[in-house]
Amino acid sequence: MNVVFWILAVITVFGGLTAVTLKNTVHCALALTVAFAGLALLFLQLDAQFAGFAQILVYIGAVAILVVFAILLTRGSETPSEGVFSHTWFSGLLIAAAVFAVLAWAVLNSTAALPHVSSAPTVSVQQIGSALMGRYVLPLEIVALLLTAAMLGAVMVALHEKGEQK
Amino acid sequence: MANTADQIFVLLKHWIVSIFPAAIQPYLGVLLSVVAIIAVFPGLFALTTVIERKGLGRMQNRIGPNRTGPYGILQPIADGIKSLTKEDIVPTSADAVVHFIAPLVLVVAVFMGFAVLPMGRNMQLVDMDAGLLFFFAIGASTELSIFMAGWSSRNKYSLLGAMRAVAQMISYEVPLLMSSVAIVMITGSLSLVKIVDAQNQYTWGLPHWYIFTPWGCAAFVMFCIAATAETNRSPFDLPEGESELVAGYFTEYSGFKFALFFLGEYLGMFSISGLGATLFLGGWSAPLQVLNFVPSWIWFFAKVMLSIVVLIWIRGTLPRLRQDQLMNFAWKFVLPMTLLNLLVAAIWRFMGDGILRWIVCSAILIGVYVVVGTIEMRRKKIGPRTYRYAE
Repeated sequence: MNVVFWILAVITVFGGLTAVTLKNTVHCALALTVAFAGLALLFLQLDAQFAGFAQILVYIGAVAILVVFAILLTRGSETPSEGVFSHTWFSGLLIAAAVFAVLAWAVLNSTAALPHVSSAPTVSVQQIGSALMGRYVLPLEIVALLLTAAMLGAVMVALHEKGEQK
Repeated sequence: MANTADQIFVLLKHWIVSIFPAAIQPYLGVLLSVVAIIAVFPGLFALTTVIERKGLGRMQNRIGPNRTGPYGILQPIADGIKSLTKEDIVPTSADAVVHFIAPLVLVVAVFMGFAVLPMGRNMQLVDMDAGLLFFFAIGASTELSIFMAGWSSRNKYSLLGAMRAVAQMISYEVPLLMSSVAIVMITGSLSLVKIVDAQNQYTWGLPHWYIFTPWGCAAFVMFCIAATAETNRSPFDLPEGESELVAGYFTEYSGFKFALFFLGEYLGMFSISGLGATLFLGGWSAPLQVLNFVPSWIWFFAKVMLSIVVLIWIRGTLPRLRQDQLMNFAWKFVLPMTLLNLLVAAIWRFMGDGILRWIVCSAILIGVYVVVGTIEMRRKKIGPRTYRYAE
């Protein structure tokens, strides 16, 4: 636990908290981007270069842009006058806490189950690539197929609406 | 002697660092490199604005700036003082915080891209294992700053311009990445230093640059197209079409914030030219073996400035594309060709040495280009142009 970790942790948590408390939806999306960036920096701090850069490329470069586009193209970005909390905030909080508890329990137990590793292994991008193309090629292909199906579905939905208007 | 000239900046840095106590030496080394990057590239930016304004002027039968200093060389200083002393206007309805942060995010993100570029032998800030991925990851985050600028201005033209610019940048980022993947496939590394090393070999005095292979040449052409669009340069400069589109995301910016956007755009040009030179033109390696006595950093900057001059030349030559032409071109032509190029690069890799792979790879690329081009051109109905409103 060094200084860098605490700075990054504060940035990430601050980004996440402001994302749920701000009123303006676009501000929330930008705050969420700060949280994404903090997470990416945490990966980099753990020497996971590939995961960190992929996080920046995918989440800041694509997902954040997608989110702001979706906000602007659908609801507009007017600030709501009343509060931003929905009526079901308490059950949402409970579900989030439960998910967090399960994940934390699994992570804490995994250190006991695995053999004790004294130093962090150094993994090069080449090794990640070989593993993805070798041992994990089937999950990779399934994910690719799933994403392609989702994209085709989105295109179909858009096409259908256009046909109805004519 | 040649070796000292080649490593002069590295030696200078080591000498300066060695003066200070050992505890702060690593930090000081990084700091010096960062200061060098932050000093050199804005200097090049000033030089480029002069070249651009003079060159464009000549292409358009004008003289260009010639009042400030001899031949107008001091024009960038005058421009800088002007933009610093201008009033900084923020629209009353604008989102002040986001409006302020947007140009800073752009400039910081663009500067970070220079960290992984090898600008000479042993002259890179960090040699990352995933350097190329870092470059693209940082490049992707500039889009967000453009959106922030357009949205926070609370101006319809700014918002539409930002949406247009972001859509364009996202569309052309895919071919940009895909054309670079071919290089990664052949080199087997994402590290830019290793990519340059792989090209720094000579046969009969000629270099092993990737542009001198069929797939490399095709990838280079597509990389240039995508890079031109990614940096919003003509003929893809819709975000800057002041005359017909009310510019775009920076309409509501004035004074030094506008200058920052301008700086960010030119720095983006430098970094993407540097990346193109590194990937395809051998980075800092000399174009002929006999020219190896010239310091490596001279070659890198010569290649970068040459691509900048070509970009200016294109800007003076080609008309602007329409938005739908731009999108169709990216998704229906450049992207399929980059995917084909990946296949060709794989064939090249597994066919082994010999003349046969040159013939097969060139035949596939040229054949598909000719067939697709003919079909696409036939589908276009080219005839006398009709005007709806101008008559």
